[in-house]
Amino acid sequence: MLRLELRPQASRTMTFVAPLLAIAATVAAGGVLFAALGFAPLPALATFFLSPLGDLYGVTEWLLKATPLAIIACALALGFRGNVWNIGAEGQLIAGAIAAGGTALALYEVSGLWVLPTVLLAGVVGGAAWAAIPALLRIRFHANEILTSLMLNYVAVLLLAWLVHGPWRSPEGYNFPETRMFTDSALMPLLVEGMRLHVGVLFAPLVAVVAWVILSRSFLGFQIKVIGMTPAAGSYAGFGPNRVIAFTLMFGGGMAGLAGAMEITGPIGQLVPTVSPGYGYTAIIAAFLGRLHPIGILLAALLLALTYMGGDAAQIALGVPLAVTQVFQGMILFFLLAADVLIRYRVRLSLPHGARR
Amino acid sequence: MSEAELATLAAILAAMIRAATPLVFAALGELVTERAGVLNLGLEGMMLMGAVAAFGTAHAGAGHGAAMAAGAAAGVGMSLLFAFLALGLRANQVACGLALSIFGVGLSAFVGKSLVGTPIAALPALPIPLLSEIPVLGPALFSHDILVYASILAVPAISWFLFRTRAGLVLRAVGENHDAAHDIGYGVLKVRTLAVMFGGAMAGLAGAYLSLAYTPMWVENMSSGRGWIALALVVFATWVPVRALMGAYLFGGVTILQLHAQNWGVPVSAQILAMLPYLATIVVLVLISRDETKIKLNAPACLGKVFHSGR
Amino acid sequence: MKITRRAGLGLALAMGLFGATQALAAEPLKVGFVYVGPIGDHGYSYQHEQGRLAVEKHFGDKVKTTYVENVPEGADAERVIRQLASSGHELIFTTSFGFMNPTAKVAKQFPKVKFEHATGYMRAPNLATYMARFYEGRYASGVAAGRLTKSNKLGYIASFPIPEVVRGANAFTLGARSVNPKAEVRVVWVNSWYDPGKEREAAEALMAQGVDVIAQHTDSAAPVQAAEEKGVWAIGQASDMSRFGAKSHLTAIIDDWSGYYIARVQAVLDGKWTSTDTWDGFDKDMVRLAPFNPSTPAAVRDEALGVERQIKEHKFHPFTGPIKDQSGKEVVAAGQIVPDSDLLKMNWFVEGVVGSIPK
Repeated sequence: MLRLELRPQASRTMTFVAPLLAIAATVAAGGVLFAALGFAPLPALATFFLSPLGDLYGVTEWLLKATPLAIIACALALGFRGNVWNIGAEGQLIAGAIAAGGTALALYEVSGLWVLPTVLLAGVVGGAAWAAIPALLRIRFHANEILTSLMLNYVAVLLLAWLVHGPWRSPEGYNFPETRMFTDSALMPLLVEGMRLHVGVLFAPLVAVVAWVILSRSFLGFQIKVIGMTPAAGSYAGFGPNRVIAFTLMFGGGMAGLAGAMEITGPIGQLVPTVSPGYGYTAIIAAFLGRLHPIGILLAALLLALTYMGGDAAQIALGVPLAVTQVFQGMILFFLLAADVLIRYRVRLSLPHGARR
Repeated sequence: MSEAELATLAAILAAMIRAATPLVFAALGELVTERAGVLNLGLEGMMLMGAVAAFGTAHAGAGHGAAMAAGAAAGVGMSLLFAFLALGLRANQVACGLALSIFGVGLSAFVGKSLVGTPIAALPALPIPLLSEIPVLGPALFSHDILVYASILAVPAISWFLFRTRAGLVLRAVGENHDAAHDIGYGVLKVRTLAVMFGGAMAGLAGAYLSLAYTPMWVENMSSGRGWIALALVVFATWVPVRALMGAYLFGGVTILQLHAQNWGVPVSAQILAMLPYLATIVVLVLISRDETKIKLNAPACLGKVFHSGR
Repeated sequence: MKITRRAGLGLALAMGLFGATQALAAEPLKVGFVYVGPIGDHGYSYQHEQGRLAVEKHFGDKVKTTYVENVPEGADAERVIRQLASSGHELIFTTSFGFMNPTAKVAKQFPKVKFEHATGYMRAPNLATYMARFYEGRYASGVAAGRLTKSNKLGYIASFPIPEVVRGANAFTLGARSVNPKAEVRVVWVNSWYDPGKEREAAEALMAQGVDVIAQHTDSAAPVQAAEEKGVWAIGQASDMSRFGAKSHLTAIIDDWSGYYIARVQAVLDGKWTSTDTWDGFDKDMVRLAPFNPSTPAAVRDEALGVERQIKEHKFHPFTGPIKDQSGKEVVAAGQIVPDSDLLKMNWFVEGVVGSIPK
């Protein structure tokens, strides 16, 4: 019988071996899945994982898609470490997009190097303000942030819908739900001519570093970790959890807001009813897949972005239905999460006591 | 009130109860799971698999009983996958639950492909004799299908189980302090697995209610995020079954009322009105959360924490 | 080496010149479709998928079609469209309004690829637009609804406040009031294209208010089912939904894209494709009425079918004045027809609609 034995400390070797095992398992299981559905397994896997990155455009798109995931997940991870459950990054992203979009519209046709930073800052403030609601309700009224932050996601979607269908609708848009296209000084500068990748991609490693510094080099980070381990311990150490709740929620919200601002000033270029394909939710997976560590999260965000692009590629090149690519995505996540067990545990083969009797 | 107004009132109440029923099932199941200390965010995936399995079974000609059983079984099957990863392999519960949702959306769409656009006979209403003839209350409360009654009866049943039986005590002990429960000799993983399976069965029934009774059809992603609302309702309920029912009825009721309000001539945009169910839930949660001690007592202390038996 | 390569090049050139037609015949035309919903929605995207399947059936191995479903109307759309364009698809249909700007951007980058965008207004030499005059179906079904209602209250389940939906509700109202001036249409917004539960809730709310005919501008058959339970009439959308309401399903406004898709693919095959602006309705069978319920009174059915024929033969336009707005002010004079350019951006309700456009 297999038995799991907790390692005294996480295995460094396994930290690197486990993901490789997960990838091997994914390739094997994916091969079986595709073969069972009548697709040649190896070309299907190659289409899924390799073809999206076959040219410069693919690589730039990959980084573009991973950027919001990485930024949000790095910020959310601080909260998750401190037992603050912000499920509302999607709403905070939208709130950030609303604030940034409103600013960009107010500065329509205004030029100047300060316009874009102002727009992005508005996004950060908008996202942080949206996250301040659950923070306030938790601190002041003890209202659980899982519920409040999740419910505010739906409210943010409706608020954005109301704005683009109503007051902020483009005067030239035949009453369709969209704002005007933002003017050049409110758009993210592109990194590669002809591609959509913009300078915002640099924020991903930056936020990762900031999150790492906060967590491992600041007193606040120490507080987050202490409260994360035992919520009651904070009060013995002489600080309450309120500071941690307020900071982690608003930092997560602010970064989600930044991601939202960069989506609309980057690849989208205007406010539309759908500014996010669920980045706020996917980022939660990215955070845990990356084991709440900035480096891990960057890798997880890249992997998740690749699975979405691979799903599109498999539909286009092979006609694999979306449902199958979603099943495959789920499987990849299962394997990666399951492989983690090897890092923290030794798998022992042992006979249970009394097995012979 | 005139007769027509009373009839309208009865219709609104009945609609509220039906709209809330899938939320009641899913929230009660998740509540039991969380009471055992496990956070399963895969409700949406389990509901969808329950919905497609129930619909497929009914479509194949089996009776409604078999269809409901199939829905529950599909939910259990999905929950076992979760239990294997999150409990067996100690993988992260939050991430496993989210992955289970993605997986369930895809798998249900895949197996349900041939069922799209086909009809089945809806789960029939079973008016309770005599009671269903009471004015207003009769049509509002006593003229529903069996799953609606079951969802309501599940509340006292689960409350009794959790708070009046030894097994319920063990389950709560496991969720409160798994180390202590283990030291006393309770099988933490066994209890948690059973709780996760119960949550899966209830989510499967929630899905079955959607595809057999509420909107008897199969379309992809037909749960439309109700699993997430149910998850929020467990928090709303502060892990007390009867409050989960009240929360679901509050949410369902405000949803129905805002649809009516659109024709009352209130000068508010329909999108703003549509925010009301979410805002109402937040406001009521704030009101009941003000007393900090109450909340602290109810939240399972080991919720989402990994249990290592071999410390 | 050099010589061989040049010879090879020459050979390839010769083949290119003389074998052009043959190569074309052997190589199937690749056609791409981008859907906003899953094809399993049994509504809008499902109907486009039926159009794609009709293309495959019609052309056989002369074409190869590809679809991408459930594409979010945000940043991802442009990547998906571009992937289709760069992987050899020569004709690409993007089927939702939110794909307009991404389609236009990609069209600029791929001048040789032909693009067709549904329900938008941006055109380019290689970007055509197409749309269906669903409002014609809504007017004709409104005529039947106006006749059948006993309470003079009709219900309309609306998705999002965009001109197409507003136009549809107006046409339905005008149709109903053309035969029954006392009829009023109650509009309920559900803020979703496709959420069976919510659509059912909206139907129940309308029926509780005394509505006895329900029309919908959302995708699922849930309102038809709700109507069936309560014994009131329902008018389906996108496809024939009679299977979901044997007694209640009056008719449905069917989207049929197959004729258009086949014609456009044919045009590319013939080398005759040009960037056009298509807005077809009954006349080209892009919009059809599903067969009326057998229990519909013959007079009502014939009247609605008569209106359908008149619209089809361009003898009557649903938006013919006099038309008053909700405040009772006449906005279209008697005999005048609302021009397409105004229909395209319609954002006001006609007299008889109860409810408001979210602003």
